Amino acid sequence: MKIRRGLKTCLLLLMTLPVWVPVWMLVSGSFMGTAEVYKNVGPVLDKASGMAVWQVFPEFPILRPFVELLLDSPDFFKMFWNSCIQVFPVLLGQVCIAVPAAWAFARFRFKGKKVLYVLYILLMVLPFQVTMVSSYLVLDRLNLTETHLALIIPNIFSAFPVFIMEKFFRAVPVSLIEAAKLDGSGEFYIFIKVGVPIGAPGILSIVILGFLEYWNAIEQPLTFLVRRKDLWPLPLYLPEITAGKAGVAFAAAVIMMTPAVLLFLYGQKYLEQGIAASGLKE
Amino acid sequence: MLFLFPSLAGITVFVLLPFMDVIRRSFCDAMGRKFVGMANYKLVLNNKAFQLAAGNTAKFIIICIPVLLLVSLGISLLLKNQRSRKEFLKTSFLFPMAIPVASVVLLWRLLFHWNGLINGLLVRTGIEKIDFINSNKAFIVLIITYLWKNAGYNIILWLTGLNGIPASLYEAAAADGAGKWAKFRYITLPQLAPTTLAITILSFVNSFKVFREAYLISGDYPHESIYMMQHLFNNWFLSLDMQKITPAAVLCIILFIMLILLFMKLRKNED
Repeated sequence: MKIRRGLKTCLLLLMTLPVWVPVWMLVSGSFMGTAEVYKNVGPVLDKASGMAVWQVFPEFPILRPFVELLLDSPDFFKMFWNSCIQVFPVLLGQVCIAVPAAWAFARFRFKGKKVLYVLYILLMVLPFQVTMVSSYLVLDRLNLTETHLALIIPNIFSAFPVFIMEKFFRAVPVSLIEAAKLDGSGEFYIFIKVGVPIGAPGILSIVILGFLEYWNAIEQPLTFLVRRKDLWPLPLYLPEITAGKAGVAFAAAVIMMTPAVLLFLYGQKYLEQGIAASGLKE
Repeated sequence: MLFLFPSLAGITVFVLLPFMDVIRRSFCDAMGRKFVGMANYKLVLNNKAFQLAAGNTAKFIIICIPVLLLVSLGISLLLKNQRSRKEFLKTSFLFPMAIPVASVVLLWRLLFHWNGLINGLLVRTGIEKIDFINSNKAFIVLIITYLWKNAGYNIILWLTGLNGIPASLYEAAAADGAGKWAKFRYITLPQLAPTTLAITILSFVNSFKVFREAYLISGDYPHESIYMMQHLFNNWFLSLDMQKITPAAVLCIILFIMLILLFMKLRKNED
């Protein structure tokens, strides 16, 4: 039994290799000097002939790529900042808009609730490309295309956080709400004092899921920022660095990954709760 | 009702109203003025690129969802009673969610390029190189990407489902002398039915996001085996082809509405 359990653990650990080997490659690549990067991966970047090779550890680990990227690449900073501008207001906006909406769905009965709920699920399921033209039409009319707001405003009204939060709010005990009501509290007060604290893990999980989503924004900047490359976020910019400055490509990939990974490690518990909530029955 | 108002107002202004306009335009000429009936719809349905993209997207979904469901269920079953290093293992499987698409793309190029590491390995073992990016093998790379990225999400969902099965059921079955396989077949699988439905829908939603990787690796016009609906919409959008993109969007919405109603009905039948 013990041996079997040991074998199972080994098997599972082996299965994590497809995750950790690529991560290690990114990290070790980021400590290679330009010459070493070219030597190893030049063939893949059409910069040299032969085949790409890889060592487990960099031959001469240096911090040079990070220094070069952080000190000598103003573009990188700009794009990093663009990503921040396009992500954080969305998360804040979603919390302000989606959390109360979810409360309404979880707490009240009203006419047309079912139809509205189906509408929200539909909006959640629709891929971006299907609503791309309609979003463009309205953004164009409001003169918002080719601005940061074109990416921020539509995302604030995303249906996904409403869907997740509703699951969390449904777990709020009715007795608590009744008690607050007996105390003569108004609905808004109940929401702030009872709903929000109990739903706090849900709020964290929508923020984390939202961050992982929008930090990878590709479709929207590609359609709404066609003429303003200077407003592009990191995900679109990174492939351009790869082509131009291979030496810092790995360092750029690692820097881009860092906020997402930190948030992930810090909030894994909430992320898991959010994922589990997304699978709950309506 | 005040709670729902801001969200609903936003959705009305940014999605519902403009979509009404899209429906109207789908029946109009390129300028959006003259009514042309179903002409645009005919144009789209007979369009070669549309047929190719619809076929590829359908094929991708039909293959990748069952594979993902099985792989992640298998791992979850192994993980369920795992005691040592369970948290580390869960973190590992979820980790690809935290790796940004752009970073993945750099790695994939390194691995799957014509002169990349996998081909290097193949050459050394005397096998011929495979063109992963510019041949129909690109489809396989896309499926691997999808599995790699989404397995963790589904594992969490399966584990939640598995943990929700009352232990008493297994105990009763064990008392009746049921074997391991019988328990799996007659308790685990039926009890997982609601989870399965939810996972299928979420996997379906996530399947559209592989466009990101596909786009960053291969651009607007990748190998035709991975030319998806998303590429098509993107290209029609960039060329402002209103006559094609509006009816295509309407058709997609109708399809999605039907799928959701079907999903709701299946859920109801479970009770």
